[in-house]
Amino acid sequence: MSRLTTSVLTTVDRRHRASAPLQRVARVATVLWLPVLLLVMWWIATSASTSPFFPPLSTILAETWNQWVVFGAWTNAVSSLRNLLIGYLVGISIGVVVGSLLWRLRYLRTAANPLIYFLYVLPAPALLPALIAIFGIGEMRQVALIALGSIWPTLLNTLDGMRGIDTVKFDTAKALRLKSWRTYFNLVLPGASPQIAAGMRASLTVGIILMVVSEMVAARSGIGYFILQSQAEFAITKMWTGIVVLALIGTLLNFLFVLVERLVLRWYFRSRALGGS
Amino acid sequence: MSVTTTTNAATVLAIDGLRKIYNEGTDQANMAIDSVSLSVMSGEFVCIVGPSGAGKTTLLRCISGLAALSAGTVAFEGKQLNSVPEQLGLVFQDYSRSLYPWFTIAKNVALPLAARGVPKAERAARVSEVLASVGLGHVENKYPWELSGGMQQRVAIARALSYRPDLLLMDEPFASVDAQTRFGLEDLILKVRRDLGITVVVVTHDIDEAIYLSDRIVVLSGNPSVVKEIVEVPLGADRSQVATRSSKEFLELRSGLLSLVMPHED
Repeated sequence: MSRLTTSVLTTVDRRHRASAPLQRVARVATVLWLPVLLLVMWWIATSASTSPFFPPLSTILAETWNQWVVFGAWTNAVSSLRNLLIGYLVGISIGVVVGSLLWRLRYLRTAANPLIYFLYVLPAPALLPALIAIFGIGEMRQVALIALGSIWPTLLNTLDGMRGIDTVKFDTAKALRLKSWRTYFNLVLPGASPQIAAGMRASLTVGIILMVVSEMVAARSGIGYFILQSQAEFAITKMWTGIVVLALIGTLLNFLFVLVERLVLRWYFRSRALGGS
Repeated sequence: MSVTTTTNAATVLAIDGLRKIYNEGTDQANMAIDSVSLSVMSGEFVCIVGPSGAGKTTLLRCISGLAALSAGTVAFEGKQLNSVPEQLGLVFQDYSRSLYPWFTIAKNVALPLAARGVPKAERAARVSEVLASVGLGHVENKYPWELSGGMQQRVAIARALSYRPDLLLMDEPFASVDAQTRFGLEDLILKVRRDLGITVVVVTHDIDEAIYLSDRIVVLSGNPSVVKEIVEVPLGADRSQVATRSSKEFLELRSGLLSLVMPHED
């Protein structure tokens, strides 16, 4: 998912954009030619397909419309997205807060370091049985899993970003007599923000994966549930529609993330485009 | 070397027997400064020069309250330092490292004002006023990385002046800009000093710059640093880049200082 969208929003200088609309078209084409080519190849290769496992793309697309819009399967997407949103926001908030605390409290950091990496390398889906035992099989358990998984990339990047801030900037804060909370909000947090954003983006990817995984075990709704259920009913085309919707949602969420990131970190992307610090 | 550190009402900075040892008490102990004593009077312009590696930046960090001393005392306006004093302005060598690129110029300059409790309504006026005093107009809404190097260093100077400090302390302030910009900034500092009657201490490796700017030059020896000599600069209050730098007094001072900093050449 993320691989497709990373290069969509390359920094574009406004002046060039205004002066050469053709260049803009060319740029979009540079990004899109491969996905489009692959879709066309898929379409042609499966157009006469009679295999039950690889129905024609046209059939999949038509079925996607039927299943998700006409027959109301979109409610699955809504419940998935709700769980994802809550779990993700809880996870990245914990990540930023705990990451900041670990940055500030050196002794806690040294002590917590092995523990954090232990939890980080532990595959989050492995916690699923434990979470089912704790939260039962409601949506709370899905939210908890998504939150647990999305903590780590944000936490580690927050800590790393804060530790990487130039010492001269801290000397400056001392020289200007900024108190500790002012230093945190004026220097530490904005200074680490590009890396925190990178962590949040990795957290989003993890969150989407965990959203689907959690819905495939002991769940009664959600996109993952829909995919697994369709496969169990041997409704393979229906299964493919779930995968298509999932891919669309993942791409869209990544795109939205990049858009917000470009807005919030405008100073960062623009200063880098100018070759500054 | 006869340095007296008498503390009277006009002494802004009194340094007595300052010593700095890094990694003190370990086998990697490294003495950067052996013993430095000097005092700076109110309204004076003092340059500290020395060969590279003479611990100039370390000295500046110690006398600004950023680094702890290993021995000796530093008193700012009669008070021992334990942090950067409120009435001290500090300008670092590298503007790109000391300005905050995520804030506009106005926000950068207003930071110390906010920290000192200046009401929000007053800050904007103070910011434009101090930016104008360093020759920058209408850059409030720009970001540091949108400005040239010389302009960015002016912003850093404006930020240090915004809270009207009694002492302006600068570490190689013009080393990161090109030669022409450098002359402009030197004249700017002289003008600021004249206008505000502020005391200025500049650490530099550039002897010409030190002579052009200062009333007194403190020459440090190499590693570990001690004060080698203090040279008076009797060039008067009005200086100009062309006339002053080509005057006989200037050239004499220059050759005297060069032989002090580079003792092996004769």
